This record gives sequence, C-alpha cells and structure tokens, in this order.
Amino acid sequence: MSPELLNSLAIFVLAILVGFEVISKVPATLHTPLMSGANSIHGIVMVGAMLIAAAANDPVSYVLAFVAMVFGAANVVGGYVVTDRMLQMFRKREVRPLTPAGEDAAMAEEPK
Amino acid sequence: MSAQTIDTLVFLAWLAGAAAFVIGLHMMNSPATARRGNQISAFGMTIAAVTTLIWLLTPDNPISPGGAGPIALGIIVVGFVIGGGIGLWLARRVAMTAMPQLVSLFNAVGGGAAALVAIDDYIGIVGTPELSISSAVFVVLGAVIGSVTFSGSLIASGKLQGIVPGQPIVFPGTRLLTAVTALVAVGGLLVLVLVPAGVLSLTAGAQLVVLGLIVVAALIFGITMVLPIGGADMPVVISLLNSFTGTAAAMAGFVVSNPVLIISGALVGAAGGILTKLMADAMNRSLANILIGGFGTGDTAAGPAGAGDGHVREIGLDDAAIQLAYAQKVIVVPGYGLAVAQAQHAVRELADVLEERGVDVSYAVHPVAGRMPGHMNVLLAEANVPYPQLKEMDEINPEFDRTDVALVVGANDVTNPAARSNPQSPIYGMPILNVDHSRSIIVIKRSMRPGYAGIDNELYTNPKTGMLFADAREGLTGLIAAVKQV
Repeated sequence: MSPELLNSLAIFVLAILVGFEVISKVPATLHTPLMSGANSIHGIVMVGAMLIAAAANDPVSYVLAFVAMVFGAANVVGGYVVTDRMLQMFRKREVRPLTPAGEDAAMAEEPK
Repeated sequence: MSAQTIDTLVFLAWLAGAAAFVIGLHMMNSPATARRGNQISAFGMTIAAVTTLIWLLTPDNPISPGGAGPIALGIIVVGFVIGGGIGLWLARRVAMTAMPQLVSLFNAVGGGAAALVAIDDYIGIVGTPELSISSAVFVVLGAVIGSVTFSGSLIASGKLQGIVPGQPIVFPGTRLLTAVTALVAVGGLLVLVLVPAGVLSLTAGAQLVVLGLIVVAALIFGITMVLPIGGADMPVVISLLNSFTGTAAAMAGFVVSNPVLIISGALVGAAGGILTKLMADAMNRSLANILIGGFGTGDTAAGPAGAGDGHVREIGLDDAAIQLAYAQKVIVVPGYGLAVAQAQHAVRELADVLEERGVDVSYAVHPVAGRMPGHMNVLLAEANVPYPQLKEMDEINPEFDRTDVALVVGANDVTNPAARSNPQSPIYGMPILNVDHSRSIIVIKRSMRPGYAGIDNELYTNPKTGMLFADAREGLTGLIAAVKQV
C-alpha cells in the first residue's frame, strides 16, 4: 500500500475514535438533533461529487456527477436547516409565571 | 502562488472544515450550545465546499488540468441549486412529527451520492493502470454501503410516512434472497479485486458489468433488510443506516483521496454506531435480533385486537377531569399517538391548566417514545414544555409510586407491565415506565388496537385504569375544557 493510503487509514481510524469520544457524551434528549446533525455532516460527500464533476469527460460521468451533486446538496442544505429548526426549540423561552422560580432561573441561564 | 502553495492552503481549509465538524458535534452535547454547534458544523461545510470549488477553478489543480471547464462548473452550480433548493424546501415545510422520515430521506440521498461517487470514479480508472487492489476494494465498499443505505433508508422513510406498511413484511424466500444478494456482493468484490491483483483477466466492460451486478444486489439487500423490520424498530434502523452513510462517505473519501471526506465519514460512522447501540440497549434487544426479524413477526397475527380476557373500564371526560384536577401529582406519559395527532400543544395546555390549580405535572419520556431517540423531547420542546419537566425513564420511575394520576397519551408498549412480568412476552426484559405503580391511570387511546409490538397491554385491564377512547388531541382538548369547569 502507498504511504498516502496508509496515512489515510490512520486518519480514518483516529476519526472513528474521535467520533466515539465526542458523541458518547450527548444526553438522550438531544439524540434526534444529533442524528440529524450527523446526517448533515455526511453530506460532505458533496465535495466528492464536485471532484468527480471536475474530472468528468464523458456523458455517463456527467450524469452520475450531476445526480451525485443534487443528492449531496439536498443532504447538506436540508440536513442543516432541519437540524437548526429542531434546535431552535431548545433555546430559552419566555419566563412562565407558574413554573417554580428555580426552574426559570435554570432556563434563563441558557444562552439563546 | 505556486500550485504547491495552493494545494497546501486547500488541504488546510479542508482540515479546518473537518475540525469544525468535530467541534460542532461536541457542542451538541448540551441544549445550551447545540444550536451554535450545528452552525459551526454548517460553517465548516461551507469552508470545505467553497474551497473545493475555488481549487477546481485554479489552472494547476490535479483533478481538472487547466481548471474546471464550463460543463463541470455547470454540473456543480446547477446541481447545488436544484438539490439544495429541494432540501431547503423540504426542511422548511416538514412538520416536526414527520421529521424522522425526512432525516431518513436525506440519509438516503447522502448514501446514494456516496455510491455514485465511487461508481463514477471506477468508470474513470477501470482498464487503466490506476486501478489498484485497494482502489477496487474502496470502490466496491463505497458502492455497496451507499446503495444499501439508499434503498434501505427510502423503505424506512416510506414505512414511517405510511407509504410502505409499518408492519414487518415477510414474504417466502426473503432470507434466501438476502443471502443471495450478500453472496453476489462478496463474490463480486472478490472478482473485482482479483483483476488488479493479476489473477483474473477481464475486459473493462466485464468489470463494469460485475460492479453493476453488485450495486443491484446491494439495492435489493437494502430493501430486504428493512422490510421485515417493524415500525417500532425504525429508530434503530435509521440510526444504523445513518452510520452506514457515514462509512460510505468515508469509503468515497478513500476513492477520491480526500481527507475531509474520510474524517467526516468516519465521525458520522461512529456517531450512528453509538446511537444505534444506545437505542438497542433501551429496548433491551441486540442489534442482530432486530435485524433478523421484526417485533412479533411470529404470531402477531394471532389473536384479534380485542381486550383480551380482562375487563376494560371506560372513563368519561368529566370523571377523568375530576381525577386530574384534584390530584397532587400527575405524570404525563406521551407516546407516538401524541406525535401523530400533533397533540403536543394540547398536552402542554392541559398541564398549564392543571398547574394553575397547584397540581405538580411532569413528563415521563421513554427513550424510544416517538419514532427516533429523543424525538418526543423535540416535540414537547416545540410546544414550549419547560426542559426541567421532561424526565427520563430512570429518573421518573421511582416517582410513579408517589403519583396520583398517570396520564398515558398514545403510548402503549413502553407502559406494558408484561415486559417485567411475563417471560413469554416478546417485549419481556424491555425497560418500561412503571405506570402501573401510580394510584390511578388514565389512558387516552383511540381504540384497543395493540401497539407496534402487536401484543395486548395488560395495563388496560388493570382495575386502576380508566380508558378514555379518543384521538389524542380531541381527548386532551376535551379534558382541558372539562378541567376548567371543575
């Protein structure tokens, strides 16, 4: 195997370990937004679509690259927007007069 | 700038993008920073994409010598506008209850894109000396995993949307078909690796046919993998497929030798893996068990959806309202029925009315309530339910003993005491909410139909239980009016 490939493999393995470490600490309440957020990150495959589009030089490749580009862009844009919509709901809400004071204080501490 | 300087800068920008993904995901650990985290992640994506575009336009880039031509540019720009536009439109207009299927749909296209990148790259290098053993391996892995995710996620999305029936679908020969498709994929991989290894000799066309067969087999495998799985297990499946897509993106990254794809793909692969395990643990089932057969595929059909042998006590709106109004402590147990009826605002309004009367109200959220992990929290947050009132299962279970009324809204299997007491039950061992420990129980439910597990719930025949037969939203609205009159 070439040195570049070995380097890539090392990056791959380390990134997996980072993923485990970063993600295992997320509370269950945020699992859906997290899944959606992770879902948008794999939209990075759009960059792969850009690369094959640039290298394309025959009709078949044009079509494949175009479809890949559409798919990837939908994944990226849609993924981030829907995740943001979900997370918007976790922001601080207006103080409700009937909740105990302690809870309101806890809510108020959250930045917007 | 020399070409080398540009390449270095591009690499550094990609690295910055990947780092933004890691930091963004890390910030999603807490509700306070989650939104900012997602924005940082989106910023990283923008850096990675824009850098790539600029790089492709420079004349010295190794991908398109002389700079990307007008056709390539057109594909990139038009493709982005169309795909991004569709994604934006769907993401904006989707109801929060329908979100799991939309995430599954985005997951499908992501997997599809990864598969297409791998396939297209293979078409470019097949029959040339550039084709090596390792590139063949990564192409096949990317194409297979991406295709499985594509078709599997579409089916999962269809099941949640109700286009494909939610029940486990098993037809004769499913297992055989799955085995055959798996064999084709593995055999095909072997063939495509043996060619660059110099053992086999095939024309470029023949190798493409083999790759085509592998892709078709993978697409069929994705369908047969998800069809037999019941709707209750869909969260686990979506999570697993999300992990697959990440892995497919990483494989595509190896194919086009791009570090940011490899890092991000591996990150998501790990994320989906962890989530999948957490979900399976919450249901006390192994992943293998979920994948091999859906909930109650065996004898679900047996026994009509009747009330079993026990007596069911029906309760009217006024009686239920009085019980709630004079209670000291009420725990609301929301389930999928609440989500489909879009009753999250109604349940919060009822809680407000009760709190005005001095009743202590909290919400018991089972890890698999709704259709995705944490889905119920999102729905209740949408209805402005204060975060501290949402209690997780382990936290709230001891509190049921001190609770006057447990109000079950559209939840079924996660409250079934058979999970604790009946070793014969298919859900035996699944952690449940101890609703039956409270002094009285009110269940809002449309009918006596069993839940996704397809089994009777003995909670409904418990003498402490009153059944309020209504759609979740109508029932709650009625209760609000009735409580106000008490």
